[in-house]
Amino acid sequence: MSQPPVATHAAYDVELLRKDFPILERRVHDNQPLVYLDSANTSQKPRQVLDVLTEFYEQHNSNIHRATHALGEEATEAYESARMKVASFIGAPSADEIIFTKNSSEALNLIANVLAWGERGLKPGDEVVITEMEHHSNIVPWQLLCERTGATLRWFGVTDDGRLDLSDIDTLINEHTKVVSFVHVSNVLGTLNPVALIAARAHAVGAIVVLDASQSVPQLPVDVQELGIDVVAFTGHKMCGPTGIGMLWGRRELLEALPPFLGGGEMIETVTMERSTYAGLPHKYEAGTPPIAEAVALGAAVDYLTGIGMDAVAAHEREITAYALSALTEVPELRVLGPTEPVDRGGAISFTLGSVHPHDVAQILDGHGIAVRAGHHCGRPIHRRFGVAASTRASFYLYTTTSEIDALVAGLDKAKRFFG
Amino acid sequence: MQLESMYQEIILDHYRTPHHKGLREPFDVEVHHVNPTCGDEITLRVKLDGSTVSDVSYDSLGCSISQASASVLTDLVIGRDIDAGLTAHREFVALMQSRGEAVPDEEILEDAVAFAGVSKYPARVKCALLSWMAWKDATAQAQEHSTMSEGDNDDRDS
Repeated sequence: MSQPPVATHAAYDVELLRKDFPILERRVHDNQPLVYLDSANTSQKPRQVLDVLTEFYEQHNSNIHRATHALGEEATEAYESARMKVASFIGAPSADEIIFTKNSSEALNLIANVLAWGERGLKPGDEVVITEMEHHSNIVPWQLLCERTGATLRWFGVTDDGRLDLSDIDTLINEHTKVVSFVHVSNVLGTLNPVALIAARAHAVGAIVVLDASQSVPQLPVDVQELGIDVVAFTGHKMCGPTGIGMLWGRRELLEALPPFLGGGEMIETVTMERSTYAGLPHKYEAGTPPIAEAVALGAAVDYLTGIGMDAVAAHEREITAYALSALTEVPELRVLGPTEPVDRGGAISFTLGSVHPHDVAQILDGHGIAVRAGHHCGRPIHRRFGVAASTRASFYLYTTTSEIDALVAGLDKAKRFFG
Repeated sequence: MQLESMYQEIILDHYRTPHHKGLREPFDVEVHHVNPTCGDEITLRVKLDGSTVSDVSYDSLGCSISQASASVLTDLVIGRDIDAGLTAHREFVALMQSRGEAVPDEEILEDAVAFAGVSKYPARVKCALLSWMAWKDATAQAQEHSTMSEGDNDDRDS
């Protein structure tokens, strides 16, 4: 199939990039321009990705790995080439170590499930360590694993300024610890966690290190080997790709030693009525027909981001976040949950606004065309940690402009006056 | 968007000055309901006196819509017959599920007709229903208790 067009931008030109995203032309609620500040929830998709998605269905649609015809070969080639693009994007040593899932949650559930049994399965007395700032998808799968195996769940607390409290790292991660799973960049606080430091301690006691990189892979250059981790989970729809496709990367020797997750077609070597043997990586973990078109379009998203350059994407994110933090902290009665300085910080900013409930804030903003998220953002424990049930969250991406931040600040003023 | 279609003045009034708020004694049943999508919560108590709702008290954490809805609910049911309250409940749920299509019956719903606009916003319907679902749950439990204790009395009498 034809190579997807790659965006190339010599200097970072946000207005030029915005032209790649048809949806940013949308007008909402009485013809007001859309101000999309909900990219941590899901990113928008550039034309380059949408075209590949459509082209796949129009020109190459077929099942993969099992169709001995022209379309089957094209589809298989496109699917496997997406796997290679993802591997190179995150610095994985081999494409076989990239497992396509349906989202980050499934990737995290996969790893938590296969640690429930087999030679490396957890037992009573073993410990799993997570943190208080995790998304529910990096809490609940580990709770389930502990319930199943009798292992114990422990977690790092969070300081008042939204950083992990690592003061007890040497007791929390100890000789009983089998897994340490934590978020790279928090979807609520924006905090960027010190991966290498935690991974080093975890490896010193022989624990597996799992990283939830759902918010970081879209925003930052991520190299899994440099980070020194064992497993990483992330998702396509937050990085300009379609929904329905997520990824798990794991070190080959680890994934080979762990038992299968879902059973079914494609994940086997031979099947008898009594028992089965399993395919090698990555197919062992990809039972059934995968999200083929989604994977191919995700490959186009990787090309798109690579064309811009992840250093440039990260630099833009830093600039916008610094601008937003400085503008938002000027708003009377606004309290940011998490770091208020743009240091070791991603671009999600959650806040409360006086006594106005986040739902009401978001509704007023929406009335002015501004899309944010309101609620606990799948992080109830971290909201409780900061003594609130919910917050309003603005989050940015490579297409966010400073004038959109200005619109947000003006909208917050309107919300306060409406409920004042 | 017509923000005013959701945030009717009646709703804002109830939000700013909620009626019957706070937990009171005596009560038959206390329930705790949450809206899992946003974390909003309500603790609600019901006191029945025969077939009359003698008190509904509550403590809640939530947006203007959920706060105002609880206030309107208590106005509609306190001091009234349980059946009248359940009729209002049915009408209100139907209104909230109408996606802006229903014409509310003001005879039955009184101030609650102001929530008609909220039904156009699916994400906010749960906010409006939180206290109503809690009240129905608590009332059903209280009725069960009273039937059971009547049963106990019968046993003792026989």
